[in-house]
Amino acid sequence: MRLERPDQRGRFGEFGGAFAPETLMPALEALEIEFTNAWRDDSFRGELDGLLATYVGRPTPLYHADRLSKQLGINLLLKREDLAHTGAHKINNTLAQGLLTKRMGKKRVIAETGAGQHGVATATACALLELECVVYMGEKDIERQALNVYRMKLLGATVVPVTSGAGTLKDAVSAALRDWVASVATTHYIIGSVVGPHPFPWMVREFQKVIGEELKEQMDAPPDVIVAPVGGGSNAMGVFYPFVGMDGVDLVGVEAAGLGIASGLHGASIGEGSPGVLHGSMTYMLQDEFGQVLEAHSISAGLDYPGVGPEHAYFNDAGLVRYVNATDAQAVEAFHLLARSEGILPALESAHALAWIVQEASQLSGRTVVLNLSGRGDKDVQQVARLDG
Amino acid sequence: MSNRWLVLMANSGSDRLRALFSISRDEDRAVLLPYLTAGIPTVDASVELFVAMADAGADGFEVGIPYADPLMDGPVIMRAGEQALDAGVTVPVALEVVRRVVDETGKAVLVMTYVNPVLRRGIDTFFGDVATAGAAGVIIADLPVDEAEPFLAAAHEVAVGMALFVSPMTSAARLDSVISCGPDFVYGIAEVGVTGERTEASSNVGALAESIRAKSEVPIVFGVGISTPVQAHAAALHGDGVIVGSAIVRRVLDAATPDAARESLSVFVAELAAAMSR
Ligand SMILES: Cc1ncc(COP(=O)(O)O)c(C=O)c1O
Repeated sequence: MRLERPDQRGRFGEFGGAFAPETLMPALEALEIEFTNAWRDDSFRGELDGLLATYVGRPTPLYHADRLSKQLGINLLLKREDLAHTGAHKINNTLAQGLLTKRMGKKRVIAETGAGQHGVATATACALLELECVVYMGEKDIERQALNVYRMKLLGATVVPVTSGAGTLKDAVSAALRDWVASVATTHYIIGSVVGPHPFPWMVREFQKVIGEELKEQMDAPPDVIVAPVGGGSNAMGVFYPFVGMDGVDLVGVEAAGLGIASGLHGASIGEGSPGVLHGSMTYMLQDEFGQVLEAHSISAGLDYPGVGPEHAYFNDAGLVRYVNATDAQAVEAFHLLARSEGILPALESAHALAWIVQEASQLSGRTVVLNLSGRGDKDVQQVARLDG
Repeated sequence: MSNRWLVLMANSGSDRLRALFSISRDEDRAVLLPYLTAGIPTVDASVELFVAMADAGADGFEVGIPYADPLMDGPVIMRAGEQALDAGVTVPVALEVVRRVVDETGKAVLVMTYVNPVLRRGIDTFFGDVATAGAAGVIIADLPVDEAEPFLAAAHEVAVGMALFVSPMTSAARLDSVISCGPDFVYGIAEVGVTGERTEASSNVGALAESIRAKSEVPIVFGVGISTPVQAHAAALHGDGVIVGSAIVRRVLDAATPDAARESLSVFVAELAAAMSR
């Protein structure tokens, strides 16, 4: 069964909790209280809803992909998070946490970013709300998402390269947490997905579930299948949550299979990982026999993460959501397919979800399938161009 | 018999821990506990470095198990961890270093780890391993009191000491729950932030010690950001023990040879030891 909120210890079943240095614990407790109060406060809700409508452009459209539907023999709908301001679902969370930062009286914000979309969305919220913004980004991601690095700088953010580990999302989250251990008195950490210690997974779910709530309104009857990519899991959580446990709705989260599951180079934390503690919460993660965190691999910086939000781990074990995967090559193929058939460049993250639909088209025949198009692909154009030579 | 002999002859980890803190009580000074990542610069050389530090006046040690994602550590200890992991210092290898240090120095050893390697091994099995290695206590950097219960129980079962943390940010209510969980010692976080060298002496240690002592007689060990004899002395005035980490590890990482590392640590640890008196 779906839980309205995690238990006293921040657990979804056995997953979640707060495994954080003591220095952060008082701030996490305060954040839980602030969030709970704000979320019950009509003026906070009103301000956020106003911004979501007039600044972000919500509700985002639900688009019927006619040509691709015919081609695949399914009834395919796209939930257009790519049309949200800044080009991905990430802005839903960053504006809400930005408003919460102001409410807490903090003046400085830190964030991590992988694909750069969360970094851009955080920099945007900070520009709008007059907050100082520092974004940690792995050096490998800085290279492959150069466009977004420049966008963050234009928005007034400081981008700090992270060289530890593989220089990807995991290392950026760790660097942001280390900053926060030192700066917690004055700084809020706008975490970019439904990950991290309690109350973050719950709070970010609440801020992202607007996607699924809109989808419910936009459809006469619930779809047969909803498919979303899963990195940390925020867009998937957002679109799934209002449908979790609903009869006849198949929820499918698509993880990164990288160079293929058998290669060992992938980001399939639920599919191939085991329970452990990463970035402050108990969840499925990629780890070795001694409990050392392993590096993930994905062509998509947003899915290149060895963990996943704890509520997804709970959904998996409870059989409420199915978690599958798609490879780098399948995602790139799907990227081209959507561009040619519908005139939409998807983010490589979102392309993973489409890739799974393409693979499974014969099984899905005749069914109504919603793809959560979590972001647009401009940021990935250079990377795809390099692959195409 | 002197207290030093009590540490050596004690059977269980908890006995060793008690003997360690009785040095502090009887000699009216803080005990000095240098931190070094296990296996730095090599497994054998790290054991020799611990022996040299014991000879120079260390009362006990904190031995770090290298971890791939150390959220509580600054750049120096991170780098040491990465180097050790690259050199194959797994958890069992690190615990073998602990065993050798206990055998060769007779000092109390605190094992420092992150929570995930403990969970992966199984909490009870891990504490069994630690007890077998002869360690006196365990410090888990990302384990707040809220999640600590099964760890404290497992430590208790094998008579190994267990720390809980108190930081300058810790509220009175949180301090109450720390104390009521009955840790064998409290790790007082002297500076807000991750491990690393600081230029100033901590201004938090006095108030921290006072708030803890108002509620309990549990021994207090101060660590984080203590990197000079002056800073160590400031912490020694208020705590039962003082942990110096990054300043030790940096000297090892910067040394051209293991011999050079040993010489530099001998000098530095002697200076720190002299700063323990009140
Ligand atoms: C467009 C897009 N989709 C998906 C993701 C993956 O994150 P999550 O699983 O939290 O939605 C990202 C992350 O950067 C992204 O930019």
